[in-house]
Amino acid sequence: MLYDVIVIGAGITGAAVARELSRYELSVCVLEKGEDVCSGTTKANSAIIHAGYDALPGSMKAKMNVEGNRMFDELSKTLDFPFRRNGSFVVCLDENEKDGIRSLYDRGIKNGVTDMEILDGEGARALEKNLSEKTVSVLYAKTAGIVCPFKMNIAYAENAYENGADFFFNTEVEKISKNNDGTWLLSTNNGTYKTRVIVNAAGVYADKFHNMVSEKKLHITPRRGEYNLLDKTAGGIVDRTIFQLPTKKGKGVLVAPTVHGNVIVGPTSVETPDHEETRTTQEGIDFLTEKAVSCIPKLPMRQVITGFAGLRAHEDGGDFILGPADPEETFFDCAGIESPGLSSAPAIGVLVSGMIKDRLKAKEKASFKPERKDILNPANLSIEERNRLIKENPAYGRIICRCESVTEGEIIDAIRRPLGARSLDGIKRRTRAGMGRCQAGFCSPRVMEIICRETGLSLTDITKSGGDSKIVMCRTKGVRED
Amino acid sequence: MKDYDIVIVGGGPAGLAAAAAAKKAGSDSILIIERDRELGGILNQCIHNGFGLHTFKEELTGPEYAQRFIDEVLTLGIDYRLDTMVMDIAPDKTVTAMNRTDGMFQIKAKAVVLCMGCRERPRGALNIPGYRPAGIFSAGTAQRLVNIEGYMPGREVVILGSGDIGLIMARRMTLEGAIVKVVAEVMPYSGGLKRNIVQCLNDFDIPLLLSHTVIDIEGKEHIKAVTIAEVGPDRKPIKGTEVRYTCDTLLLSVGLIPENELSRNAGVEMNPVTNGPIVNESLETSIPGVFACGNVLHVHDLVDFVSEEAKKAGENAAAFVLGKAQEESGQKITLHGESGVRYTVPSHIDPKRLSDNLTVRFRVGDIYKDSYVSVYYGNERVRHVKKRIIAPGEMEQVVLLKDDLLKRPELTDITLKIEEA
Repeated sequence: MLYDVIVIGAGITGAAVARELSRYELSVCVLEKGEDVCSGTTKANSAIIHAGYDALPGSMKAKMNVEGNRMFDELSKTLDFPFRRNGSFVVCLDENEKDGIRSLYDRGIKNGVTDMEILDGEGARALEKNLSEKTVSVLYAKTAGIVCPFKMNIAYAENAYENGADFFFNTEVEKISKNNDGTWLLSTNNGTYKTRVIVNAAGVYADKFHNMVSEKKLHITPRRGEYNLLDKTAGGIVDRTIFQLPTKKGKGVLVAPTVHGNVIVGPTSVETPDHEETRTTQEGIDFLTEKAVSCIPKLPMRQVITGFAGLRAHEDGGDFILGPADPEETFFDCAGIESPGLSSAPAIGVLVSGMIKDRLKAKEKASFKPERKDILNPANLSIEERNRLIKENPAYGRIICRCESVTEGEIIDAIRRPLGARSLDGIKRRTRAGMGRCQAGFCSPRVMEIICRETGLSLTDITKSGGDSKIVMCRTKGVRED
Repeated sequence: MKDYDIVIVGGGPAGLAAAAAAKKAGSDSILIIERDRELGGILNQCIHNGFGLHTFKEELTGPEYAQRFIDEVLTLGIDYRLDTMVMDIAPDKTVTAMNRTDGMFQIKAKAVVLCMGCRERPRGALNIPGYRPAGIFSAGTAQRLVNIEGYMPGREVVILGSGDIGLIMARRMTLEGAIVKVVAEVMPYSGGLKRNIVQCLNDFDIPLLLSHTVIDIEGKEHIKAVTIAEVGPDRKPIKGTEVRYTCDTLLLSVGLIPENELSRNAGVEMNPVTNGPIVNESLETSIPGVFACGNVLHVHDLVDFVSEEAKKAGENAAAFVLGKAQEESGQKITLHGESGVRYTVPSHIDPKRLSDNLTVRFRVGDIYKDSYVSVYYGNERVRHVKKRIIAPGEMEQVVLLKDDLLKRPELTDITLKIEEA
């Protein structure tokens, strides 16, 4: 079939564009090389919604960030994903660097950021008591927030799907060519796909696809960022997102609460030629600890429950590239989407879908349903409501993940719902099963069993995150296959 | 759901022994709440032998050992709920639990016995650098996959940590045809029992590298190799000692953590060394009527000692609800561990409330050869026992006599020390 639009990549940008496109009378398809949505950059980042004072005035980053930020209150309700405007601090620890706070404030004003305030050390510590006593000046941005990037990405994708978009996973685009009639042909490991318009939301690979069709070359360098996640027992050490003012000695790291009550510390920033190099290093871990503790001296780094790394798609020009790839009018880039990409995704979705709608002269779709409901979380119910639910569906009475109190009902929902999970990571990102302090030690065999029962897969088919990431290899020698 | 006098949280070896003992001590209103589908706890996946040497004077497998206690609980007619999760224990001993058939329910208990056991430290807590591929398991998770589910995680195995489960799994994986290349232990001594080193590693020619750790994990989707390096006294890797081992499985046996989230929420005071509750001579926590025993109290090596400890906790819980518990005398003797003794269980005692003697259990922080375990009543050394070897991997005990303590009404402090020859 000939699609109106094919989006390459089911990360936050691709999913947001697909969802906004699904408002219109257009056939939309998303091709994703991973086994699930949220498999690349979106799954490993700071989970921060920036206020927008960071980017250079006039840049796409500044514009998209500030616009995107404003959309979150309503969007998080419509699409039902966790978001909290917790505010952010940029902390200056050195009297000589204090001017930097003022420059950031001025830049924020130019970018259209509201609700900013400059605090002195005392004023800042009155709000964040665990802040270093060396704090001399702080930029307080009240519009900054925190979000669950997995749930946001999944929500966008599910809503796009429910509004008619097709999704194909484990489908890697290998070649793009143009037919004589002006339509595009995408060759993948999973057959060929035809479309009028392409959206290139391929994250760290966006330059590769852009360069297939345009002579104005892009060049993306993945920047590896390492993070540490702390146990919920460390939650509450900070309420706001604490950034450090970049100084001549280098960039600091952020310390922030997550929407789920953990504490996140990171990132490092190391350029790598390897587009899949999501590894952590001892140097990185040491750097995170040193920097984070300089700002929050009491931060209990011994309570780390996991470390991970993500790759940011840094383009040489340093800005987002949004729009048609010269000379093609039907190939739209969403390239160079590094920080503040998550904050900007809602605005990018609207901007790029708008360009495509105009190009294809598409009409709004009367049947478009903007709302989407997340997996029911019984922990938010009263005992009476919970008991009614368990009576209706006993699976909500059985806890599978002890650390995060996730029930079998939630896991079944995660599998059965649109674009349902098929891997342990897929379940984890949708329900938090396995994301707690034991890091799936107890629940993984049980989750595997439920996936098998629900999907008919066998235990040896179950993966951590698709591809070759199988959990078990074969039966023990004493077991008869029957 | 009706109310029960005693709620036992956990149906593993501690919970079973505590329940049976409470019943035999006269309580008729006991409920065991177990989160798994069967009673027996982690013993169900411990299909190797070596259990019960102290309790039954014979060598049983884990399931056999558990079954003896399960049979007793069934014979005694003690109520239990399976597949039921305790969600909360309130300071007033209201226990909130949930399962598929009863939904969420509350029991106003008069006494609670904490028997939740422990969990394994995961990879994340170690913050090992490298990728995060499939094929990395805590040893107990692998044990469950192999022994209960009947699946092999892989064929080429490296084990980090020499805790007992890791050692047992080294042998188990070998018997299943896997190649266990090496066991690396960051400390200069093993965290497991000597007998497991001999029977699970030495007998199979599996090398144990002490003072070594994993410093890198390779493999983007599935684990392909690890790098192991020697560590110095500061436990930091020594440059130039790195060796790469290809593998498809990395098992971690790097420590056990008592599962005390419920205890903490209830407001039970905790011991930062054991990560278990602080208890008195009756194994009673800082909340009167809340008792603790087994691995939730402190990590044990031998289930026999868990059963023994749990029996006491069960008896004391019964005495508490029946109003038979000895009144507090007001004398409080605090126990201290010094010079190598990391902790003691219990932490404090009221000598009048002892039956006739008291077993004090403790662990040391290093290997001691030909040294003495000394007990001081105040400044007076009352015990000085020579031991050929004392190791962190083996729990130690001394027995205090009630009569001895009653003779010293002014005594406020007892200290356990390791003293060199």
